[in-house]
Amino acid sequence: MGKSINEIQEELIEEFGLFEDWADKYEYLIDLGKKLAPMSDAFKTEENVIKGCQSRVWLHAEKQGDLVVFQADSEAIIVKGMISMLIRVLSNHTPAEILAADLYFIEQIGMSQHLAQTRSNGLVSMVKQMQHYALAFS
Amino acid sequence: MTETLNIDQIRADFPVLHQQVNKAPLIYFDNAATTQKPKAVIDALSAYYEQDNANIHRGIHTLAERATTAYELTRKKLAAFLNAPSTDQIIFTSGTTAGINLVAQTFGRANVGKGDQIIVSNLEHHSNIVPWQMIAEEKGAEIKVIPVSDAGVLDIEAYKALLNPKVKLVAVNHVSNAIGTINPIVEIISLAHEVGAKVLIDGAQSVAHLAVDVQALDMDFFVFSAHKLFGPTGVGVLYGKRDLLESMPPYQGGGEMIKEVSFSGTTYNELPYKFEAGTPNIADVIAFGAALDYVQAIPSEALAAQEEALLAYATQKLQLIPGLRIVGTAPEKIAVISFVIDGVHPQDIGVLLDKFGIAIRTGHHCAQPLMQRYELVGTCRASFAFYNTFEEIDRFVLCLEKTLQMLG
Repeated sequence: MGKSINEIQEELIEEFGLFEDWADKYEYLIDLGKKLAPMSDAFKTEENVIKGCQSRVWLHAEKQGDLVVFQADSEAIIVKGMISMLIRVLSNHTPAEILAADLYFIEQIGMSQHLAQTRSNGLVSMVKQMQHYALAFS
Repeated sequence: MTETLNIDQIRADFPVLHQQVNKAPLIYFDNAATTQKPKAVIDALSAYYEQDNANIHRGIHTLAERATTAYELTRKKLAAFLNAPSTDQIIFTSGTTAGINLVAQTFGRANVGKGDQIIVSNLEHHSNIVPWQMIAEEKGAEIKVIPVSDAGVLDIEAYKALLNPKVKLVAVNHVSNAIGTINPIVEIISLAHEVGAKVLIDGAQSVAHLAVDVQALDMDFFVFSAHKLFGPTGVGVLYGKRDLLESMPPYQGGGEMIKEVSFSGTTYNELPYKFEAGTPNIADVIAFGAALDYVQAIPSEALAAQEEALLAYATQKLQLIPGLRIVGTAPEKIAVISFVIDGVHPQDIGVLLDKFGIAIRTGHHCAQPLMQRYELVGTCRASFAFYNTFEEIDRFVLCLEKTLQMLG
């Protein structure tokens, strides 16, 4: 039995709590982006693109048993860092768990600006799309 | 010897510049998106709402008269600013985009027919492409494009080859928003006139930097926005030649734009009101007048010298960064630098520079055809105004280097 969505969110909050200034926090985020498991090129298709204004984000989802498994990628490394956290939190959970998730960690680690409605990235759409997949698989 | 500006004194006029962003002093290098507003403009806005607010033109009471006079005074100031032959040829819109759409939907609808052509350039902002595509599609006309060189200069020989009597309108910008090129509009206009085509010049990026004399330039249409000229958002200007404006059908119907309304037929008001249906943006137009006063009080040679010096200094310093390439190296450009860095997405640079308190623009700058031409997903764009300083450029370059280390 894996960790619950909230247990993973708490882990992330703890990890980011180690950093005092923004630069360290962002270096960690960039590092997470670099370490994101590579997405299979076969899934980097037009249909999997989440339209953001500035950087492209690809998202693929499949059901493995009862669980939804996500793969994603982006051209921009900071977005990739955010994606990496979203996947860590939401992937490998049931559709019901994903649909019920309250992603409070983003605000707690001081990254909510990346979900602001500035058309600057596709993260808001990515979260919605992850939930759409969960709904489709439920 | 050109007079130099007292930058500290000028900066004191712009309240927004004096703040910390993400615990660092704000450096505002996004002036091509919108310029900051001097205190005089902010004061004019609040003074209007505190003392004079009334609907204009029809009220006979004192407040209505004061508001009307102040509103019309901005029109007079604009006529002088552009050297327009009369105030009637200054139409207020909500911005550059609205001005272009107005011309597309009135002049375009009346004059562009099946098989006709409209010429735009590869340097255009989407707002000077899409309104023409819409009218071309509706009328069965064709869009032709003036190509741009690797350096960002329009190919005038190719433009000459595109011109023919089927061309009804040429729509180009005076200055490129994405890469800063100053286009040779004198030549573009005179060549178009030789084949009987009219020309719309998008001045959104030029009015804050270059003097514009609509008569000397023989402009048919000139459009721009107040907010890129130190004025409020929500106000734009359309200048047009009188015969063109008079022959154009009205755009939106409503109050203000009519002479007489009955159910058997309506007659339209005269210029400029024919194109100003409904209650206009009174407060912002009046405050725009204060912006024009402010900017015209600065000696224009000193202003240009400051911007040129900022451009030269930033260009020189940025070129020293390994892997950095400036996009747009036209010999004639305003103080805008678009750049890309090998292996780094522009968005990452923008996000991190913001953490250093530095505002630049990243992305395609609403000029996707230009990005396609250069095979780029986007660029980083630093755009300067006369209130920017050399110290800000130093800190920008330093923070950019730190940013690249973080991303490296």
